[in-house]
This record gives sequence, structure tokens and C-alpha cells, in this order.
Amino acid sequence: MGIINSIPLVLMLTAPILITAIGGMICERSGVVNIALEGLMAIGALGAAAAHVLMESPLGHGLSILISILIAMIASMAFSALHGVCAINLNSDQTISGVGINLLADGVTIFVAQILFSADRTKEFMFGMHAGTGNIYPSAWISIIVLLLVWYVLYELPYGLHLRACGEHPESAESAGINVRKIRWSAVLISGALAGLAGACCVLTQSTQFTNNLINGKGYIALAAVAFGRWKPLGVFLASLLFGLAQTFALIAVNIGALSSIPSEVFNIIPYAVTLIALICFSGKNYAPAASGKPFTVSGS
Amino acid sequence: MGLDNKKGKLLGHDRDELINLADKALKREGVISVIVVLLGFLLGTLLIAFVGKNPSGMYSSIWQAITGHNTVTGRFNIRNIGDTLNYLVPFTLCGLSIAFAYRAGLFNIGAEGQYIVGMTVATVCAYYGPKVPVIHAVYCLLMATAAAAAYGGVVGYLKSKFEVSEVVATIMLNYTALYLSRMVCMALPGATTYNTSPFPKTALMKWGPLESMFNGSTINLGILVLVFGLLVYWFIMEKTILGFELKATGFNKNASLASGIPTRRSTILSMAISGAFAGAAGAVVAIGSFTYGRIVSGMDNYGFNGIAVALIGNCKTIGILLAGYLFGVLKQAQQFMQTRGVPREVTFIIQGVIVVFIALRSAAEIMRARISKMKVGDSKAKSGAPASVKAE
Repeated sequence: MGIINSIPLVLMLTAPILITAIGGMICERSGVVNIALEGLMAIGALGAAAAHVLMESPLGHGLSILISILIAMIASMAFSALHGVCAINLNSDQTISGVGINLLADGVTIFVAQILFSADRTKEFMFGMHAGTGNIYPSAWISIIVLLLVWYVLYELPYGLHLRACGEHPESAESAGINVRKIRWSAVLISGALAGLAGACCVLTQSTQFTNNLINGKGYIALAAVAFGRWKPLGVFLASLLFGLAQTFALIAVNIGALSSIPSEVFNIIPYAVTLIALICFSGKNYAPAASGKPFTVSGS
Repeated sequence: MGLDNKKGKLLGHDRDELINLADKALKREGVISVIVVLLGFLLGTLLIAFVGKNPSGMYSSIWQAITGHNTVTGRFNIRNIGDTLNYLVPFTLCGLSIAFAYRAGLFNIGAEGQYIVGMTVATVCAYYGPKVPVIHAVYCLLMATAAAAAYGGVVGYLKSKFEVSEVVATIMLNYTALYLSRMVCMALPGATTYNTSPFPKTALMKWGPLESMFNGSTINLGILVLVFGLLVYWFIMEKTILGFELKATGFNKNASLASGIPTRRSTILSMAISGAFAGAAGAVVAIGSFTYGRIVSGMDNYGFNGIAVALIGNCKTIGILLAGYLFGVLKQAQQFMQTRGVPREVTFIIQGVIVVFIALRSAAEIMRARISKMKVGDSKAKSGAPASVKAE
């Protein structure tokens, strides 16, 4: 009974994963690994929730949502700039700076909530995003638009070609006159903005306030979706959909007779287990961008 | 011309000395660690001041965590020192875990997951182990360590056999461990949403005399596990052939393979031993700090902070212990900070900032490259002959 009725739920849970994963994909295709997605989503979610709580009554619902999303994107983008400085300018280990930003986000989000609302969470806002036709939230449409836009940019525009070149063979790209660092910077900032957008969608559709376990691994699921989707837009889309479905089952399995005996944790594990198995099966065939995670040093400087 | 030369020499002399000093300082890894930590605290202090709170609250809390002396009431309580030492244990053990893999050239982000596996297995064994004093607790610890070693070793196997990146694999296994732990612990006696029924007394690492010495602190025999762990780490790394092989593999895998070192075995072993350290940390927290089983809903973050501990400690035994102490102090100081009106989350921010600033290590290398270029520039001017630039 629940399967058809729960399509809006699947889309609601898939949208943030998909948007974040697309950002992560762009970042990795340019040659920068972004483990910080989890923390960046949290920053976005906090930014959106806090802004919406403060602006909802003075500005009106619609305008407040728009500005909150914008604030979330800018905040996450600012944090991803930190990753950019470490990974691109200082040649530091990209995994370390990613972990650092995740830890930092843990502190910063609750710190801001403490300062603004004197609690370890934001106040509750009255209404999040309103669901439209078919009970589907706008976040689903946003994620589809982002997906199509990114596919077009990556494969139809010169910028996309340059970006992919930077992730595969930065030396060649540089010698062909492409500014590798500039391209990588743009990719990191875009992935930050998208993670912020996803965090905002997450808090505005799935909750009424920001708490420290709102994101709880969604950023890592997005990271899994990038790898399981083989770093390609269609693959990432299908992987995100699968993982969104798994999250839906984790929530509603209790109500479905045949599945009610399975603990929800089994569905929670699916994204991670599936990705790990897929990585083992893909082994030997290098789908990952060749230069992903390797710092690029301009020779002769 | 002569005047110019003299002037250049004078200025050049001062400059040379300054450059040499900077070069020497940046070469010392310990100096960089201290700079990174100081920068973290500086940023934390500025942040507290920026939001209109008094930063001295943070420092008096830290003072209290270290010395047990409360500067507000003037009272002294040795319990605070004991609690800090208790927090030091899991941080340092997780630091050893990450450092062990790191020196073999592997990045174990999965210490968090291995920690959870250790915690879960210790919890299970606490109910179903042999209820004999001492033996029971040791049994819990050994089982937890073995299970976590297997959980880490799998990653090493996948890495050496299928070339699966250990970073991605361990990230996947972290949350897998979290949900598996929930499933297992929900099936234990007296399971509610958050915890299970109290452990049998024989499973606990508590020791009366130690507790009363520290005025009822949470400190327990886990501290012995830590001492043993530090000795094992130091011994394997510095005194055994295995340690040499691991370090060689981390330094240059192909050269090691060519000179007959079984690098595949090194990879699996180092991940397994790394997991064992994290598992021991989990066991110490499970049956040392708690008297009942926990059903965890999120990460404890000991494993992730272990990355910072290992890197600040430069993967050296003493360094890791000092860094672990710093993190233990920060954790213990949190509760005092809250009562002094300073948001305790600032300690998380300091920890995060420290990890991000570890990037300074590579920045230091860039700076040194620049310095050596300046030097080369000088010698070029003097001799007129080109000099080769050493990258390191």
C-alpha cells in the first residue's frame, strides 16, 4: 500500500543526497576530494534554519525561505573556501582538511545556535517549504534542475571540458593554457554552495529546526553516491535515488507487513554496504578521476 | 660599486641569519605542532571575545581540568584531575591507532568505526563472558581488540587485494559499524532506546582504591591499557623488524617491494593493528567509563579526533601522549566552561581548527622551498654558478 503513496517521501529524502552528491562529483572531477560534504551540509542546514526562524514573520514565508536558502549556500561556500585554501593553495592532504572541516562544523553549528538561541539547537520555525502538486516538495524539482544544469555544463560547455581535464591530467591541462588552480577553486566553491543548498532543503522539508543529528551521515551517503555512481551524472542520480529509497524504507518499513520484522538499521546500512561492494567489483577498472586527491604543484614556480 | 657591495653584505648578513633561523624552526616538526595548537587557541579566544563572552572563563576551566583547582570558588578537587586522565585514554589510544596506519602510509579514517566495534563487542562480552573477577574484564578487552583488529584488517585486505581506497572504505564502514552496533545492543538484556541494563560487576574496569584516591573520579584501570598500548606502539615501531618494514612500506612502497618486504602483508597488518588500538579505546570507554551498555545514536568522535592527536603528535609515542592529554583536558574543561557562561562548543571549534591548520605542515614545506630558493639566489650571486634546488 505504501509504495505509491510514499513517492513524495522518497523524493524528499533523495533531493538533499542528490544535490550534495552532484557537488561532490564536480569537486572530484576537478581533482579535489571533498570529504567535508557532511560538515558543509550541516552548516547549510543551520544557516537556513536560523535565518528562517529569524525572518519568517517579518519578511513573510516565501521571501524568507528564498533568502534562507541563499544564506545557507553562501555560508557553506565560505566554509568550502577553507578546504580550497588547504587543498589547492597549500597542497595539504585533502582528506585531513576535509575531516577538519567536519569537526569544525560540529562545533560551529551548535556554537552559533548557542549564541542566537541559547540552546544546542535552533528554535522551531512555523512552516518549512510547502509541498506542491502531488505532495511533492520543491526540493525535488530543484535537485532535478541542478542535475540537468550540471550535466549540460560538464559535457556541453568548454568550462566542463576544462574541469574534467584538470581531474584527469592537470599537467596537460596546464600546458594547454588552462588555469588548473582557478578551475579547481571554482569546483570547490560550487560543491560548497550545493552542499549548503542541500542542507537547506534537508532542514526545510524534513524538520522544523536544526539539531546536531539532523544531517547524521547524509553527507557521507552523498559521498558514497558519487563513488557508486562512478563519477557520472546519470550514475550519481540513480545511486542517490537508490539511497533515498533505502532511507525511505528505514522510515516506513515498520508499517509494511512483510518488512516490519526487519530492523530499520538494515536499510540504513544499505548505502554504505552497496558502495563498498561496488568498489570491490569496480576494482581494476579505474572509474575515478585519475588526479583526484592529488595536489597540483605548478612546476618551475 | 664598493659601497653597494658593503651595504649588500651587511643587509645580507642579517637576512641570512633570519632565513637560517626560520629554516631551522620550520624543519622541527614539534615547533609546527606547537604553532598549530597556539593558533587554534588564539582563534578560539578571539571567537569567544567576538560574541561578547569572557575568554578567561575558558582558560580558568582548562586550568581546573589540569590542576583540579577551581579559581572561582578557590576549592581544590582531585577528582577533576582523575576525570581528565580518564578522557585522555580513548583520545590517546585512537591517536595511536591513526598514527600506526599513517606511518605505514595508510590513512585510517575508520578508527571511529573500529572504536564502535570495540565498544559493542566489549558490551556484549560484559553480559555473556565468564563472570570471574579480572578475567572477565580482560576477556572483554581482548575480544573487543580482536574484533576491531579484524574490522580494520578487512580494509587492509581490500586495499592490497582490490586496490579499494582505504579512505573511502573506512568511511563506509564507520556508519555501518554504528548501525550494526545499534542492532546488536538493542537485542541485549534490558535494552531501551538509549541504554541496556547494568553490567555485572566483574566486567567493569573500576578499581576501588584508584577511585577513592581520586575522590570518586571516573578514572579506572583503562589507564593501564593505555600504558601498555604506548609501550606496544613504541616497541613495534622502534625495535622490531615488523615496524621497520611498515615504515619502509609507508615511505616508498615500490622500493620496499623491490627489496623483498612483503608490502601486501604490511598493509593488512598495519590496518589490523591500527584497528586493535581503536578497539581497545572502545572497550575502555564501554566497561571503564560506563557501568551499563549504551545504544549509540551518533559518533563519539574519539576516532576522528584521534586523527588530530596523531598528527599533532607527529606520530611519535610521546607526542601522541601529549596531544591526547591536550584533547582530554579540553573535553574535561567543557563542563566547567558551560557554568562560566562560555559555550562549550568552542572546544570543538578549537579541535577542528587544529586539524585544518595541520595543513600548515605542507605550507611550511612551501615556505622552506621559498627560503632555499632565496639562499640559492644568494649563492648564485656570489659564485655565479648555478646551484641545484633541493625540493625538500
